[in-house]
Amino acid sequence: MARIVHYINQFFAGVGGEEEAGAGPGLIEGAAGPGRRLAELLAPDHEVVATVWCGDDVASGLAGEIVRLVRTVEPDLVVAGPAFTSGRYGLACARVVAAAQEAGLASVASMHEDNPGLDEAGAVPVLASGEVARRMAPSLDRLAAGIRRLLDGEVLTAEDGRIGKLARRPVVADASAASRAVDIALARLGGDTTATEIPLPRFDRVTPAAPVADASAVMIALLTEGALVPGENPDGLESARATKWLRYSLDGRDALEPGGYMSVHGGFSTAWANEDPHRILPLDSARELEAEGAIGGLFGEYFVTAGNGTSVANARRFGIEWAADLRHSGARAAILTAT
Amino acid sequence: MERAGIPTALLCNLVSIAERVGAPRIVRTRGIPYPTGDPSLGKEAEKQWRRQLLERALEAVQTAVHEPTVFDAVGSNA
Repeated sequence: MARIVHYINQFFAGVGGEEEAGAGPGLIEGAAGPGRRLAELLAPDHEVVATVWCGDDVASGLAGEIVRLVRTVEPDLVVAGPAFTSGRYGLACARVVAAAQEAGLASVASMHEDNPGLDEAGAVPVLASGEVARRMAPSLDRLAAGIRRLLDGEVLTAEDGRIGKLARRPVVADASAASRAVDIALARLGGDTTATEIPLPRFDRVTPAAPVADASAVMIALLTEGALVPGENPDGLESARATKWLRYSLDGRDALEPGGYMSVHGGFSTAWANEDPHRILPLDSARELEAEGAIGGLFGEYFVTAGNGTSVANARRFGIEWAADLRHSGARAAILTAT
Repeated sequence: MERAGIPTALLCNLVSIAERVGAPRIVRTRGIPYPTGDPSLGKEAEKQWRRQLLERALEAVQTAVHEPTVFDAVGSNA
């Protein structure tokens, strides 16, 4: 029987919501939260001996400490997640399993392939979860199946739902490189634009824009994915998986009064943002720099969306629309705050 | 934004992710829920910190870069 330690965040551990996002790490004996179902799926062959949790705001910086806690119960395997598309949680899971592996502990994580933390898992296998926690049951089924195979000494592959970087292993191909290259060339000519033996990284390379020569001579825009909206969110910005972005006037405004603006971001505690909206959108300092001449002019509106589980396709569309709008309006540079 | 020719300073705390997705101009902040603030400081010190971040952002959009580049403000502790 293998001894398993399960890493989850403060929310799934039942410690608390955003108010506890700075807490931990902590250790709970046995399974907790989604780990209970995982333990059922693995019983009686394997046992979840402990649950280690940490708050979302701090976990990604405490992977070493978390792994030290994990080692106190001497597990055979460390399991993290499922983290779905949650960015902070996914990054923490990835760093915890990577640090565990580094410390000599076998590990596996579970998250959605759009999770920004995915690549930080390094060589540790990551299994695909659903997009949101509503998909917990099928995500745990896949995770449990992967754990069983891993503990049987198998290497997890795409057939197990493995995502992210796959370690390259030498195998004997059934045809020479030359003939496989011709096959791929023929596939391309036949209209298959994706045929490849070496998938490229998912993120494309961005060619940086040329700098502006002099910020004191150009108009600059303030942008944010921190979901800061006026009043009571009059246009219904989503708190997660945003499908739209919004624009609000800054004309004649030198500061953002608490109560007049709030963040509706669903991915972190908005208490600090609501106490002082400048923590998300730095209008006060920007106006100061504009008055001193360091900024030629501040664009008359700010653009806002919620960067929380937002699909790459939507985020790309927002960027294209923002850039087009700013170019048309004469803004030449931008300051984008991200949470 | 950058691809469309608008130099954009990205003020964020999760710098490794910003680098990985290829954001060319990154200014490191102190916490996920408050990119342009730091609630652990007094009001005036926090304003000064915010101003430093913006000064770095202005420097970033005025600097030629060829790959993801991090601009640290004085006192950045992320």
